Amino acid sequence: MSDTTSQRTEAFVRTDMLPEQAPPATQTGIIKWGRENLFSGVANSALTVFAFIAIYFILMSSMPWILNGVWNASSIRECRELLEGATGGCFAVLTERWNQLLFGFKYPNDEYWRPTLAFALLFIAVAPVMFYKYLPSKMLLFTGLYPFIAFWLIWGGPVLAPIFGLLGFVAGYLVWSRFVANSFAVGFFGAIAAALVTWWVGGIITNSVSAGDTLLSAVPSRDMGGFMLNLILGTVCVSLSLPLGIALALGRQSDMPIIKWICVVFIEFVRGVPLITLLFVANVVLAYFLPPGTTFDLILRVIIMITMFSSAYIAEVIRGALAALPRGQYEAADSLGLDYPQAMRLIILPQALKISIPGIVNVAVGLFKDTVLVSVISMFDLLGMIRGPILASTEWNGVYWELFGFASLLFFVVCYGISQYSQWLERELATDHR
Amino acid sequence: MKKSVIFGALTVAGMAAAAGVASAGTLDDVKARGKLNCGVTTGLVGFAAPDANGNWDGFDVGVCRAVAAAVLGDPTAVEFVPTTGKTRFTALASGEIDMLARNTTWTFSRDVDLKFEFVGVNYYDGQGFMVPKDLGVSSAKDLDGATVCIQTGTTTELNLADFFRSNNISYEPVPIETNAEAQQQYLAGACDVYTTDASGLAATRAAFEDPAGHVLLPEIVSKEPLGPLVRHGDNEWGDVVRWTLNALITAEELGVTSANVSELAASAGDNPEVNRLLGTEGNLGEMLGLDADWAVKALAGGNYGEIFEKNIGENTPVGLARGLNAQWTEGGLLYSPPFR
Repeated sequence: MSDTTSQRTEAFVRTDMLPEQAPPATQTGIIKWGRENLFSGVANSALTVFAFIAIYFILMSSMPWILNGVWNASSIRECRELLEGATGGCFAVLTERWNQLLFGFKYPNDEYWRPTLAFALLFIAVAPVMFYKYLPSKMLLFTGLYPFIAFWLIWGGPVLAPIFGLLGFVAGYLVWSRFVANSFAVGFFGAIAAALVTWWVGGIITNSVSAGDTLLSAVPSRDMGGFMLNLILGTVCVSLSLPLGIALALGRQSDMPIIKWICVVFIEFVRGVPLITLLFVANVVLAYFLPPGTTFDLILRVIIMITMFSSAYIAEVIRGALAALPRGQYEAADSLGLDYPQAMRLIILPQALKISIPGIVNVAVGLFKDTVLVSVISMFDLLGMIRGPILASTEWNGVYWELFGFASLLFFVVCYGISQYSQWLERELATDHR
Repeated sequence: MKKSVIFGALTVAGMAAAAGVASAGTLDDVKARGKLNCGVTTGLVGFAAPDANGNWDGFDVGVCRAVAAAVLGDPTAVEFVPTTGKTRFTALASGEIDMLARNTTWTFSRDVDLKFEFVGVNYYDGQGFMVPKDLGVSSAKDLDGATVCIQTGTTTELNLADFFRSNNISYEPVPIETNAEAQQQYLAGACDVYTTDASGLAATRAAFEDPAGHVLLPEIVSKEPLGPLVRHGDNEWGDVVRWTLNALITAEELGVTSANVSELAASAGDNPEVNRLLGTEGNLGEMLGLDADWAVKALAGGNYGEIFEKNIGENTPVGLARGLNAQWTEGGLLYSPPFR
């Protein structure tokens, strides 16, 4: 074909494709991106220029401070001598008080590996819960054991205590699974009784057997501190308040008046009281009620109060999600002949919890940040360490930006991580067609 | 309904327990426990703060250690319970701590209404003023029209208003929440003057990059006698703490220091009061329910002057002069009743 046409006409016809050319410089790469996103109009151009000027000034004032920082000095005065009047942060406070910021000032130095190990194991423990589709479900066994391992690692003391703690739950579960088929009430109260008996017997045995020798030396609660304390409180309270919040939300929707009203009163009361008030109750008021000598562990008191507080909020988040489910879902469950627990477990809660992920994460992030409030009742969490001992030492009195910046950084990393995970989980669970 | 019954029962039990605390002998409790529970601040420069190794150090801490040494023979047998301004009094009233040494001002209402017993004064403080040197002010009475950084909700606020009104001059307050914030605001020039307790001003100034560029004005406009306190109603224990503090003060007056105390206590010397203090003569220790050498043990950590110099004295970064806290023989207010 091409031969004949070329003979008949003089017109030029290309026989081969032109090689692809690069698009014009203004239509590609960073220039195109910049034109579209930064300079797409007069107003946007002005804002861009303004933003660049602002960033420039911020960097100009902060970069020398960061880059010129002093990391090795023994006091703020030595920092100033080393800087000789130049701008620069005194980050030496972070290196010198590093362990205090992370573990508090009373946790024994030789035992730092214990909370560190517990922290590392935390990731292994939560992984099968967070990424349940991708990891074998057998790993959940470790998740179940983790609270007892972590308790023993951080607090130390007789190894029998966490073992009996675990046995109590096992005994409760055995009784429950044995009797629940006959009657829910027998199973429920039997399980509680079995657990309590196990713990009571375990307590006696623990006290009598291993009073002297312990594998890991015991560390009293008062010695906990630093970011470790924030993490302990945050992790424990979030993981406890989630099931409690679900129970409260379901209880509030119950047809049984007593259960319903207990839940309503609890939720409304706790939501109506500031967290800091509850913490003061935990710290000072309970001390009046309890007979002297029977010291009820302070961290335990605080955990109970924060858990109560956040479970009330989570209950309301989940109640919103339950209300958002179409009525047909409940009816579908009924028409399949499922009883209440089955309907909740298989149909209602999976959907409700999916809807409420953003709300729950919101509460969890807020709760984690609220743990710094314990510094007000003289517990030395990260902020308590900074505001109390470190700023009050003659060496470091006057170092603010470095310390509070470090604290913000630690909290940001954790909270941003939680937030990113929740967004990933939402995408993962999305079953609707968008 | 059920809850209220439980709470009611708890309250009654609590009342009974609280009553029990007051009647039990704290001295015996401390001896049986082998540790003194001493309430301190969560951290105040020079007065109480844990160091990099977690050991508490400071001027108030020195009092706790002296009491522990006198009662238990070991200055390290102290459980320091950090308290905030809000939790300190409940901690003492509920029996969580045996004594409170947390630069607490001795006032009528705290002594009488809150049912505490101030055993003495270990630091005479008062509200002062700090100004930049460039301001060229040498007296607080020249501060007419000045902007003043002041912590809200404290007695310093009221004292300030009183001082300016009685001198017929005006000022503009800049309310501040914490000392840390005040430090920043003052350095940033948000106010001409910063006012708080003189010891706090000195500690704040010590942390400045250029301490010499700021001066403390000579006027002290309020009385802030700071001292350790115990619960009402346990006078034996109150006596132990009071006379331990007095022993520290008397020791300085009599020239007994940590360096020479063991030598002086080895045998009765020429000065009968030193002999009585150190237990080589008389039975003062026995009267307190302690060993005869209780004061010797208490003084192992130094007398009042040594504790002062070590923690807040002129050679430390805090750099406080003795001022009102000098011995009465040297023009100060420290005056211990005699050991007789």
